[in-house]
Amino acid sequence: MSTSPALELTHVSHFFGSTQVLNDINLQVQHGSITALLGPSGEGKTTLLRIIAGLERPQQGSVQINNVVVADEKTWIPAHERGVALVPQEGALFPHLTVAENVAFGLKKRRSAAVKSRVAEMLELVGLPQSGNVRPSELSGGMQQRVALARALATQPTLVLLDEPFSALDAGLRESLRDHVVDILRAASATAIWVTHDQDEALSIADSVAVLLNGRIAQKSDPVSVYRTPQTPEVARFIGETVPFNGTVSSDGESVDTRFGNIGLLQHHQPGAATILIRPEQFEIVAADSAEATVVGEVTATRYFGHDGTVEVQLSDGVVATVRLHARLLPEVGSSVGVIVNGRVLAFQPT
Amino acid sequence: MRQTRGSLIPLGLAFVAAFISLVPLWYLVTQSLSKGLQPFVDEVFQERTLTLIIRSTVLVSAVTVMSAIIGTFTAWVVTLSGIRGRLILTIVFSLPLAIPSYLSAFAWISWKPELSGFLGSFIVLTFSCYPYVMLPVSAAMIRLDPVHEDIARTMGRSSIEIFGAAVLPQLRRSITSGSLLVALYAFSDFGAVAAMRHEVFTWVIYGAYRAGFNPTRAASLSIVLVLAALALTYAESISRGRDDSSRKATTARRRRRNTSWPLAVLTMIGALAVIIPGVIVPIVNIASWLGRTSSRSIDWASVWGATGQSFLNGSVTAIVTLLLALPVAWSAVRMTGKLAMIPERLTYITHALPGIVVAISVVYVGIRVARPWYQEFPLLIFGQVIIFLPVMVASLRAAFEKTPVALEEVAHSLGVGNVSTLLRVALPIAMPGILAGSALSMLAAVKELPVTLLLRPTGMDTLSTKIWDFSTISDYAAVGPYAIAMLILAALPTALLGTLSVMKDASS
Repeated sequence: MSTSPALELTHVSHFFGSTQVLNDINLQVQHGSITALLGPSGEGKTTLLRIIAGLERPQQGSVQINNVVVADEKTWIPAHERGVALVPQEGALFPHLTVAENVAFGLKKRRSAAVKSRVAEMLELVGLPQSGNVRPSELSGGMQQRVALARALATQPTLVLLDEPFSALDAGLRESLRDHVVDILRAASATAIWVTHDQDEALSIADSVAVLLNGRIAQKSDPVSVYRTPQTPEVARFIGETVPFNGTVSSDGESVDTRFGNIGLLQHHQPGAATILIRPEQFEIVAADSAEATVVGEVTATRYFGHDGTVEVQLSDGVVATVRLHARLLPEVGSSVGVIVNGRVLAFQPT
Repeated sequence: MRQTRGSLIPLGLAFVAAFISLVPLWYLVTQSLSKGLQPFVDEVFQERTLTLIIRSTVLVSAVTVMSAIIGTFTAWVVTLSGIRGRLILTIVFSLPLAIPSYLSAFAWISWKPELSGFLGSFIVLTFSCYPYVMLPVSAAMIRLDPVHEDIARTMGRSSIEIFGAAVLPQLRRSITSGSLLVALYAFSDFGAVAAMRHEVFTWVIYGAYRAGFNPTRAASLSIVLVLAALALTYAESISRGRDDSSRKATTARRRRRNTSWPLAVLTMIGALAVIIPGVIVPIVNIASWLGRTSSRSIDWASVWGATGQSFLNGSVTAIVTLLLALPVAWSAVRMTGKLAMIPERLTYITHALPGIVVAISVVYVGIRVARPWYQEFPLLIFGQVIIFLPVMVASLRAAFEKTPVALEEVAHSLGVGNVSTLLRVALPIAMPGILAGSALSMLAAVKELPVTLLLRPTGMDTLSTKIWDFSTISDYAAVGPYAIAMLILAALPTALLGTLSVMKDASS
């Protein structure tokens, strides 16, 4: 396998009328990887996917697949010559064809024995070996999505594009299917780009997460880095809950002085005033009269989620810290508690 | 959004189709102005033209209002009423579509000659036209999401209030567009008013053509008729608006059917009040003509010949119309930009052209530019295609709109090119709509009278011309076999249509 990227976007920009939906997108996707394209709804994720697929022509910039330019100012290779298979939001199975015919759709010589065995192999891969002669309408939503995936993988595409593939499914099914689909993509050694607006989904499935905010790739790195060391406060806030505090970064740039004491920084930051962002799960509640309780506040609200819960603690100057806890540890509203911080934190330019 | 090169081909074809359909209109205009504006003005602005306008307007208004009421009622009976036998009732209620208005008119007038004039025209046109309201309204009623009614019910509204507050507003558009279709049809109808000797526009235009062929008068009156019809079309296109398929019920919820027997009895009485004048009177009278025909006097060769000719004309017309309509509908649905909408709009203009006007316009085309084809088969087909193109485009458009773009995009992403995608995805999914459109065109072409009458090659007899020829001399005994053959031939596509419209989209 070549070391060159499967996909390379260079300076891609796109407008709808006067609205810029994509702004100077640069992105590389390596062979055999799963890249999550994560962003809020309506921020150009689907447009970017359509540009990669060849369903939309970018107004600026170039798209290269396997080192071949497929779109730039001069070049335009249409979708059907790109080897990029799409799995759209609701599967979009062909209603007039059986499941097997759907899977065979992109293959040549569809009546051949080779195609038959390929289709059987694909249906086996997605765990629907018995469903070949069934109409798509007889399948559940999750099964339809697996067929759509089989149909996409059958052509051995350079890239598989999944556009919010589970948005129409309910939460429980979504999670189990998500793991199943990741296994299938890995088993097929497919290169995939997976569009989602769901942070948990992006972090749990991908080798690499590209965060699309305001039409730009705000950050692209492995899931742990995106969550732990976001490059901008916007990314930090988008990828998970944060609680902002003021602090002063020490002269060596490695720690920060806060009301919770001196805390180590995850990333070097220039000395001086800074905004620090703390994740709710980094807080810990301790007894108000314990020795560790340097910061004390009053519990103003609790939220119970079953597996865990959050507590809002109003500190002495009115600032509210949101704390995530194991559900059975939730304190009484109105009680007085101490708040401490575990682990290192992030510092950004003060806002 | 930029288009890929491939998709410009259908747009080009669409423009060609649209311009072909407008050629006769151009000749009509040049003909009416051929001696300058003054003769045209003289023809149009005179008292008898005003009388004509008033008489036509009164008839059209009466027919439209009555058809809207009957059409909505019958739609309710076959969808929401909950009474038994709705499928059979759908077919029975659609039967008037299979009976040409002139045949129905002759049936009435052979039974009650005193109806001739306004009353007869009103009865015949109303009971020929209400299916144009019933079909779109029943489609809309099937699509109604019961959740709206449930919401209204939970807010403590009574059934009648629910119908007024939650159901009727959602049907308004389909009722309006169906009614405008009726108005357009009533304005354009030639056969019924001709049989009833009711002097409205179409009949007078035909007279002007027949009586020594006064081209300027025929053309000038045609222009007035075209303008009236265009106004109706414009109103109809506004009321139709863009497609509203998003309002389709998301899940197939079953409606609770609780019909009390008094309501069922009332419903059946109402249904009979439609079926008797709409279906039974024409069919019984036509059958009674057969009784007057002694079996030996039936000229079977002529009946078979005319049937075969009608079938041939209908099939060729349907196929040619389909081929012309495909690129027009495709461009309208699948291409973006103002340019892509133009061909559909252009073909829609001809939708407003009454058959008699198209016939006369094509006569002009024949005389002026297509001499070798004048009174030959190709020009007859040309005239019929122009009439049926808009209906075909509308059917295809609806069919293509049912196919989500995502399916075609997926096909492209799987390496399947434009043409293959059309053949393997778009056309198969649209096939019910394509069949429906073709059946509709064929049915209409078989029934069609004025174009056939004026453009048929010398010696060509179809069922419609035979019926016309014998009926106008009141030789009903001779009409019988042709009328029965017409009903049988027309019933085939009607049955197909009925099945397609009732068949709830099983594919998606």
